[in-house]
Amino acid sequence: MSVTLHDSLLFHGADWDFGTIQRIHDAVEAIGVGELGLDVYPNQIEVITAEQMLDAYASIGMPLFYKHWSFGKRFALHESSYRQGLMGLAYEIVINSNPCISYIMEENSATMQTLVIAHAAFGHNHFFKNNYLFKEWTDADGILDYLEFAKGYITRCEERYGHAAVERVLDAAHALMSHGVHRYPRKKRPDLRSEERRERERHLHQEQTFNDLWRTVPTKGAAAKPQLSEERRRALLELPQENILYFLEKSAPRLQPWQREILRIVRQIAQYFYPQRQTKVMNEGCATYCHYRIMTRLHETGQISDGSFLEFLQSHTNVTRQPEFDDPHYGGINPYALGFGMMQDIERICTQPTTEDRDWFPDIAGSGDAMAVLREVWANYRDESFISQFLSPHLIRQWRMFHLVDDPDQPELMIEAIHDERGYRRLRRSLSRHYDVGWSDPDIQVVDVDLAGDRRLILHHHVLNRTLLHKDDAQRVLQMVANLWGYAVVLKEVEPATGAIFQEHVAHPHETLF
Amino acid sequence: MYIIDRRLNPGGKSLANRQRFLRRAKAQIQRAVRQTAGDRDITDLERGGEVSIPADGVREPSFRRSGEGGVHDHILPGNKRFVEGDTVERPPGGGGGAAGGDSGEGEDDFRFVLTRDEFLDLFLDDLELPDLAKRRVATVETQGMRRAGYTVTGSPVNLALLRSMRNALSRRIAMRRPKSEDLLHLQEEIARLEEHGGPSERLTALREELEQLQLRTKRFPYIDPIDLRYRRFEPVSKPVAQAVMFCLMDVSGSMTEHMKDLAKRFYMLLYIFLTRRYKHVEIVFIRHTHEAKEVDEETFFNSPETGGTVVSSALREMQRIVEERYSPDAWNIYAAQASDGDNSPNDGTTSAALLRDVILPVCQYYAYLEVGSDSDRMQTGFINHKTSLWQTYEALLEEGANLAMRKVNHRREIYPVFRELFRRRDAEAGARVP
Repeated sequence: MSVTLHDSLLFHGADWDFGTIQRIHDAVEAIGVGELGLDVYPNQIEVITAEQMLDAYASIGMPLFYKHWSFGKRFALHESSYRQGLMGLAYEIVINSNPCISYIMEENSATMQTLVIAHAAFGHNHFFKNNYLFKEWTDADGILDYLEFAKGYITRCEERYGHAAVERVLDAAHALMSHGVHRYPRKKRPDLRSEERRERERHLHQEQTFNDLWRTVPTKGAAAKPQLSEERRRALLELPQENILYFLEKSAPRLQPWQREILRIVRQIAQYFYPQRQTKVMNEGCATYCHYRIMTRLHETGQISDGSFLEFLQSHTNVTRQPEFDDPHYGGINPYALGFGMMQDIERICTQPTTEDRDWFPDIAGSGDAMAVLREVWANYRDESFISQFLSPHLIRQWRMFHLVDDPDQPELMIEAIHDERGYRRLRRSLSRHYDVGWSDPDIQVVDVDLAGDRRLILHHHVLNRTLLHKDDAQRVLQMVANLWGYAVVLKEVEPATGAIFQEHVAHPHETLF
Repeated sequence: MYIIDRRLNPGGKSLANRQRFLRRAKAQIQRAVRQTAGDRDITDLERGGEVSIPADGVREPSFRRSGEGGVHDHILPGNKRFVEGDTVERPPGGGGGAAGGDSGEGEDDFRFVLTRDEFLDLFLDDLELPDLAKRRVATVETQGMRRAGYTVTGSPVNLALLRSMRNALSRRIAMRRPKSEDLLHLQEEIARLEEHGGPSERLTALREELEQLQLRTKRFPYIDPIDLRYRRFEPVSKPVAQAVMFCLMDVSGSMTEHMKDLAKRFYMLLYIFLTRRYKHVEIVFIRHTHEAKEVDEETFFNSPETGGTVVSSALREMQRIVEERYSPDAWNIYAAQASDGDNSPNDGTTSAALLRDVILPVCQYYAYLEVGSDSDRMQTGFINHKTSLWQTYEALLEEGANLAMRKVNHRREIYPVFRELFRRRDAEAGARVP
């Protein structure tokens, strides 16, 4: 053998085995936890094949999930574009659970596995464990058990009520998924284990206390109910309510208990993913920054070879590439690039601040300990607040950002701001607003329902910038709301300032559906 | 840290989701399958394949903002020349730059790969052979045994002598068991030396060698139990559900390649269809001019003939073959006849009588396919001009014969006609069966 063996190298060449993975993990852990001060859940690394990766993709990256045609559709889509070579597979999927599960693909080279472990098993893992949104809204200890329960529950429903009936409820629930989250914390923290127990107990109770005799007891005829005041009625129904799924689950008069439970399951899962939607830039930025630091350190300490480091750099630059707006490959702002750019910028501000940085970031400029600042940032911000606080003039200039406004009343597009003294704050504010989920999702609320009268449900869409809803889709989703609600539903698109109504959609339930 | 190897987990986890998706999109996929089938070569029908279905049919709607109308703003990277307050001409096609976040708006059709079985199932989905229950034998199966290689255990009657001996021979060669003639030579040599009182050293050496060889012979027997092989049998169900398909075709000069192609496509469909319903399907090709002959497929479709047209000759040939080889008690008999409809004027009565009295009673189904030329299709065909064969068969149909007849001019009409002929018939059709 003519190969000179460096004792310090973690691996030679591209091959790996479980021993290698273990060594890689330990070396990455020594740097990630020891030097960068990351705080992570225990890691569980699972080796899977490309087909299994496609599979995991299809069901939103979760290892066990209930069955639904849309996952089959997603699988078919991915599979065909993967086969035609249009799409590479992600190198990793990571699950916010305790222990934190990272999937790695068997086809990856040893270098790629190192990158994936540094990225997912340490970067994302740290973010999941420490970011306030994840702490507030997700239950890493319970998620896998809850998914197991959800899968079983839905299978049992299919056996009992038939595929078609279950599919109809799931279709409707999926359509409303983005309107099935609580945006603000409520009294009780979600605990998925007790969710599961609660359902079982309630079901048991119903079965035990069921007595058919009650059905035959003659009633006195409808007692004259006191008319509820409009105020009181809305308070009782917790209106206005932006969580449409929650509202339907609690208040739709004609749903069967199992149908409510399915709405609840979809709602819980939507809620579990809600923090991910709000922290895409930060989450990927954190993971990318961590893997970059860790890989660089591994190379400095001679634990990976030059060739391996170059291989890493190639993937890294691919991931963090940001094409410019006039590039044919431009597809919006790449969250990896923006996140990584900002994290590096923060590091620069901490260690080599300019006068401008001292003006803009007096708290952190020149503090020296970039990691401490970053850990603080990762824990306490989401994309919107992170960008509005930390996007620096330096980075805006570096990216040569500009703000383009498309007003249909104007003959031409308008450049509102560019990367200059006047533009920094305006650019930063506009960009941060783009990452505010509350702003980018249409604001639709259940505003009223007349329970004593015709039970018509009234929804309002508070129109922003005169952008109405996609008409066909709105009508289809509204039809599903009507089917769940059991009575007519009207959706009004309202200009919030003036109360003017742009458009009204109405749907009547299909009697046969439920 | 734990590492778990999930690669050996059973695959196909997405199968259930895939089935749900297929069920969901069935109508669209079915349409796509039929379209695909029209375009592709008919021998490829048995292959699976890619179909594309409109994404719209399986869209998942949600409340989202429309891409049109209203004020949109974008933060874009890579400014090279703009200053604040500049205006930019709206790019053609509306919208402002590429930053519109309307995923799903421009979703393309999406391509979906079907397996062979899925493809054929969808292709032949609601078809059924008429009068399937007429012959009760169709569903009966008998058990039989069939040879299935060798096994190391078994009863003596099943001992596979040749295979056992072959094993023994190879084992003896591999173990270098001394051959008997080598031993014999050695013994002779020793005997000779003893007789002549030759050098005792050589004698001892030879004796030792002999002893060695004899020991080896004993250690490696001529036949060892491990050499033995027995014939293995496994039970199989023998299909009694068997069908024979008669392809009758007029090949006289008037039949063009185009017409033969139409006929071929029809027969192929029939064949695929029969093979999926029965375990065992035979095909008989009969071509005729003024006389009929049974031929192989190659000749059937490819060699041109000339001569007059006498349809009854083909029917007689079919009658002969049925009597010889395909007893109607054991076989489901199907026939499809393709012709351009010309028959010699004086043969009509004979053909009709043959069909009515001999052929139709033994057939499950008799389909007559009149093929026309491609250019015919504008003409209203048989309505204006009924061919002599059509007239003959039509008369039979009026008498209530179990016969189907259709006219096709173009490739794309084959499948619809086929579907129509073999559509699942309900009580209405049942009533017509005598």
